Amino acid sequence: MYLLNRIQRHRVNYTWMIVSLVLVASLPFLLFLGLYLKSFLLIHDYHLGDLLFSKEWKPGSGKFGFYPFIVGSIWVTLIAMLISGPICILTAIYVTQYTKKRFLRIMHPAIDILAGIPSVVYGLWGILVIVPFISDFVGPLFGVKTLGYSILAAGLVLSIMIIPFILNILIEIFRTIPIELKEASLSLGATQWETIKHVLFKKALPGIIAAFGFGLARAFGETMAVLMVVGNVVNLPKSVFDPGYTLPALIANNYGEMLSIPKYDSALMFAALILLAVSLFFNLVMHFFIDRYNKLAA
Amino acid sequence: MKRSKKIEESFFKVLMVIATYSILAVLALIMYSIFAKGIKAMSWEVLTTVPSGGYYYGKGGGILNAILGSLSLAFGATLLAFLIGLPVALYINVFLVRYKNAVRMIRFILDLVWGIPSIVYGAFGFSMMILLGIQTSLLAGTITVTLFILPIMIRSMDEILRTVPIGLSEAAYSLGSNKSELAFKIFTRQTISGIITAILLSFGRGIGDAASVLFTAGYTDNLPNSLMEPVATLPLSIFFQLSSPVPAVQDRAYASALVLTLIILLVSLFSRGLGKRYHKTKINF
Repeated sequence: MYLLNRIQRHRVNYTWMIVSLVLVASLPFLLFLGLYLKSFLLIHDYHLGDLLFSKEWKPGSGKFGFYPFIVGSIWVTLIAMLISGPICILTAIYVTQYTKKRFLRIMHPAIDILAGIPSVVYGLWGILVIVPFISDFVGPLFGVKTLGYSILAAGLVLSIMIIPFILNILIEIFRTIPIELKEASLSLGATQWETIKHVLFKKALPGIIAAFGFGLARAFGETMAVLMVVGNVVNLPKSVFDPGYTLPALIANNYGEMLSIPKYDSALMFAALILLAVSLFFNLVMHFFIDRYNKLAA
Repeated sequence: MKRSKKIEESFFKVLMVIATYSILAVLALIMYSIFAKGIKAMSWEVLTTVPSGGYYYGKGGGILNAILGSLSLAFGATLLAFLIGLPVALYINVFLVRYKNAVRMIRFILDLVWGIPSIVYGAFGFSMMILLGIQTSLLAGTITVTLFILPIMIRSMDEILRTVPIGLSEAAYSLGSNKSELAFKIFTRQTISGIITAILLSFGRGIGDAASVLFTAGYTDNLPNSLMEPVATLPLSIFFQLSSPVPAVQDRAYASALVLTLIILLVSLFSRGLGKRYHKTKINF
């Protein structure tokens, strides 16, 4: 029935497992090493400080200042967090504390669908809805002339994209808080809202920070949707209505020409390396918070 | 004092209701605009033909190249990720189950890798291609997407495999099974619905991602017929056609977006349905 006997099959399976495991576990190091080696040319020839904080981006004449892109990425990410943060907390509290279980059964598929929509589709929707909304409505409201393709548009689209990520974690966190805590507070005469504000919120705080951190890391690396609505102009944005440029968009937009200009490919790989470092750093720190939350909850 | 408490609570309650329903409203709005725009642009020609001459100036043709390209790329990547991912997930939960720290470390690494943006995988894939002298191709795209969906696949399988009760392992051991038999014959059967969900989830991620295939899979108007040739993908066809100034071409971007969204909705619907079906072989404790 089988080609090999039981022991031999066990050996084959075991080798298969170990090889796969080594491959997967070495993935982050491989990524880091690969990108570092590719960007080595640039890091070697320039000061790291110059690369990160110089405002001049002229690859043709060998000037690589990543500052505008870094600032653009930070702006977009912060706007997205400012919008989605409060919405996620309010929603998570509402669906876990105030509504019946049935409501979660509507909410979960909705969150899943939001999380599943590809980022190009978000970008397309941004061009169809958000960009005209900003150029025709929000801009004139503040007395600003804008094309709509702006930091604000990117932030808005991004905020919707990261809501499912943050919300999923927050709902999980508010659900796992032991019911006894709530009961104790209520039995002492606190109202529902006081219980939420003083007991649940305090208990969940490390978890909330972690959820925001994961969302932030996700937003920082998001490429296509941002690329499509941010305007892609290399400058330091003065207001949220200005167009900008982000690190992921820089990589995605220029891969075609990267081999024709010297050191250009190194520069783009350096941008990818920054993204990788930021993502790893945030995820590392946030895991610390999640661990703390888990220990506190246990 | 009492009044202000009440006012505060109802104030925040109103905010919560607004926040919750605005999320649902935004989802409805997104779906509405994708469907409204997409259905208008949809036709048999768009679905069943490849771009013909003058396609990018608004002449005839369709997106069959992108549909088939995306499907073959996502199938290949999901299969590869499954072949690498399943043994890892099983190894963690069968062989390493006693070594809590090792398991925690591996899960931690997987979570880190999960968080890495897809554009970084794209850039990494591209630099590897230059190193090995490979052109943009179906193969390069498939491998890049495999790396990208691998942590998603493993972690979602892992979450299911964790729930297998220890009694089942003990029963299998007591009947004389060895560890890999326990892993491949018993754990997989007990968690088959979760494994299918993990596969579908990864497939959905893989087919929708554009940033990782942007440099690695390339783009072509032809149907994919070899692993070493470039291949078109739906996300990129949306992206490229949308940046065209010709309205007819933009319309086809909307049609592509509708196709992609429908595929993803179908996949997530399937995973919900299937998840509930396959309980026949499951042993309840």
